[in-house]
Amino acid sequence: MSELLDEKGRPVVVVTGIGVVTPLGRGREENWRALTNGTSGITEIERFSTEGLSTKIAGTVNFVDVDPLSGQGLALALAIESATEAIAQAEIGTKGSFPGPLFLATPPAELEWAQRKDLYTYDQDSSEKGYARLLAAARSQKFFDMYGLFQYGGVGDRLADQFGTSGQPISLSTACASGASAIQLGVEAIRRGETDAALCIGTDGSVHVEALVRFSLLSALSTQNEFPEKASKPFSKNRDGFVMSEGSAAFVFESYASAKARGAKILGVVRGCGERADNFHRTRSKPDGSANIGAIRNTLKDAGATIAEIDYINAHGTSTPENDKMEFLSLKAVFGDHLAGIPISSNKSMIGHTLTAAGAIEAAFSFLTIQTGVIPPTINCDAPDPDIELDLVPNKKRAAPVNIVLSDSFGFGGQNVCLVLAAEPA
Amino acid sequence: MDSSENDVWITGVGLVSSLGEGCDAHWQKLTADTQIEPVLETSAFAPYPIHPLVEIDFSKQIPRRADQRQMGKWQRLGVYTAGMALADAGIAGNETLLEKTNMIVAAGGGEREVTVDAALLETIGGPQDAEAIRNEMLMNDLRPTHFLSELSNLLAGNISIVHGVIGSSRTFMGEEMAGFSAVEIAARRIQHGQGELFLVGGAYNAERQDMLLQLDLGNILWTGAYEPLWERHSKGGGMITGSVSAFLVLESKKHALARGAQPYAQLSGIVSGRSTRTQKQALRMAEQQLKMLGAKVPKGPLAFLSGACGVEPATSQERAFAQYLADQGYDVALRGFGAILGHSMEAHFPAGLALAALASSKEQFYRPFDASESESPSTDRAAPIIVTTWGPFHGEGMALVEKIA
Repeated sequence: MSELLDEKGRPVVVVTGIGVVTPLGRGREENWRALTNGTSGITEIERFSTEGLSTKIAGTVNFVDVDPLSGQGLALALAIESATEAIAQAEIGTKGSFPGPLFLATPPAELEWAQRKDLYTYDQDSSEKGYARLLAAARSQKFFDMYGLFQYGGVGDRLADQFGTSGQPISLSTACASGASAIQLGVEAIRRGETDAALCIGTDGSVHVEALVRFSLLSALSTQNEFPEKASKPFSKNRDGFVMSEGSAAFVFESYASAKARGAKILGVVRGCGERADNFHRTRSKPDGSANIGAIRNTLKDAGATIAEIDYINAHGTSTPENDKMEFLSLKAVFGDHLAGIPISSNKSMIGHTLTAAGAIEAAFSFLTIQTGVIPPTINCDAPDPDIELDLVPNKKRAAPVNIVLSDSFGFGGQNVCLVLAAEPA
Repeated sequence: MDSSENDVWITGVGLVSSLGEGCDAHWQKLTADTQIEPVLETSAFAPYPIHPLVEIDFSKQIPRRADQRQMGKWQRLGVYTAGMALADAGIAGNETLLEKTNMIVAAGGGEREVTVDAALLETIGGPQDAEAIRNEMLMNDLRPTHFLSELSNLLAGNISIVHGVIGSSRTFMGEEMAGFSAVEIAARRIQHGQGELFLVGGAYNAERQDMLLQLDLGNILWTGAYEPLWERHSKGGGMITGSVSAFLVLESKKHALARGAQPYAQLSGIVSGRSTRTQKQALRMAEQQLKMLGAKVPKGPLAFLSGACGVEPATSQERAFAQYLADQGYDVALRGFGAILGHSMEAHFPAGLALAALASSKEQFYRPFDASESESPSTDRAAPIIVTTWGPFHGEGMALVEKIA
């Protein structure tokens, strides 16, 4: 029975269900086919007018119906898509009754201009202005649905109702590391023995005008609008920012013991999670990389993994000048000369930066890499950065046996989380 | 290993509200001989009364002006109070301890640039009601720093930057239950050896129209003349929000003893649930949670810090739970801390927990927070304290705080 506990005596945590939706498509199969073929999901934005904006491209999920459309509404719809697929694959629980808690990475809730406009125009005869007028409309008691969805716990509450997860759902944000944090919270709960299963979801539907403008004003976004599919080019010399995107991934995690007992197919193992906060700057890492390095080292330590064991690195690789340089330096500091021999690729070259969902989506693709023995490429690898020496799996997928993956997530606000994901022990 | 080594001790408290700044100020006001009066602002946000924040010199905890400018007021308030808690626990400035401090912050956010919003709203329906105009206004009028100042996870980010907490940084969202979960997850991790030292808490700035809008879309705010918390039910109930920030340092007993930290109290139990809220299910949930805290709550004097938010029917159910406790043979002293601080969303439960820790350390309980609460002289000693926080529509949490023997 020793295989059911890790070397630290904790329950081994396995994944038995994976669901994913991105601009590349719906579900594991569509996504994996497009991703391994090097297809870009980045296009010109059609959802709203980009006139006067410096960035006019993004990855958007346009094939899921949400009416009225909002970031919150889309985040919810995408999470329902991915969770439905994950739960179906795991064949766990009964419809509407998932046997464990929900950990959800979801964007901070905010009313958007469509909602403000609805409120502002509710009483056409009003002489009030600004927020006084919005508040007067709220008091009409006609906007209760808007209230529910636009609470910070709104998406989580709806998912808890729909999937019948147990207890109080936890909604969280650690910026671009959120998806990995949701996985970490689920893993910790199973390791504590509180639950045999957990539903962990990362979701984001934030491609709306104000979100785009805000990242633009931070000079974080690529402005290479002419060829959208070429704009996200992680680790390249001419990288000029990330490309906003959206999507969701969901996981059913279980204790190995519980999954085995019910005869579930094991898709992989979460060997370890680790984190480290940065205190240097709101949008930049410590120049010495110590926070990123600390997160990677803490993760390897938690997993009880050596650097020689890592077969593949799923990079954070945002395509910003800052992240990619710091990620390389941090990996170099941890892996040393080993790094040259480890393939590393950035899914963001194809799907863009799915923000709150990124850590979860990239963990899903890491598990698929382990399962299929195919490493998705880093596309748009045409102008290498001479300061970044990495085996980026440039432009074409590669077949290679992969048993253990390191997946990085480094967020604005100094929140860094990494995961070590592995195949089921033979 | 002695199983009590991972008991959860509260070793640092930071608390700021309309009543004042710090534990001493709150203790003096809440135990004074005369019935305490709530601090209210009734005109600035009419028809909504709110409890405004006491005047604060933020530079005491956030010395760099440049840092202050990067933050919204709710973030400044949280960073300030987190600094108080770290200093109180003897962690501030100690890099070795800060490096292992895990942070779980409960945050909302979304403090808007209301003047920019108002200008944009003015274009609606007019000849300029076009996306291009909106884009131009957003590009020109939003400040880059403003995005960061309204972002939920940047309260924690700023605590790292200003105070050097770098062990880990997580932000929970989800109104009052996020504040509860932050403490619950930290406590469970300590109990299971998943960390020894935590900073938990939240901050809420009630003095904003955008925050009021977020809540009153649900028609849950109290409007008009002030009514005490427990009296609002006859007029349909309603929430009065207050500016509050509360942070606590939680650590394992073993860790606290090893570094000679002075504890306030022990967090002996913490449980949460999510009832359907139909047919008094929330009350049933609370009864069940009391059983889960179980033998730790012996019959006799029991202090009850209720986080009731004023919204019906939840608040009447919380009041009914106090009656249930009395029927079970407890000598209950009920204090609705929202009555005196206002309801403070993500900060609400941490504030209640801070008040419980303080009372435990003083071995004395509070005078009634509003006139409808009764004096209970029998709790003028080290009775266990339960602290509850419920969401208006979802989520019920209960914690047990005890004096350390």
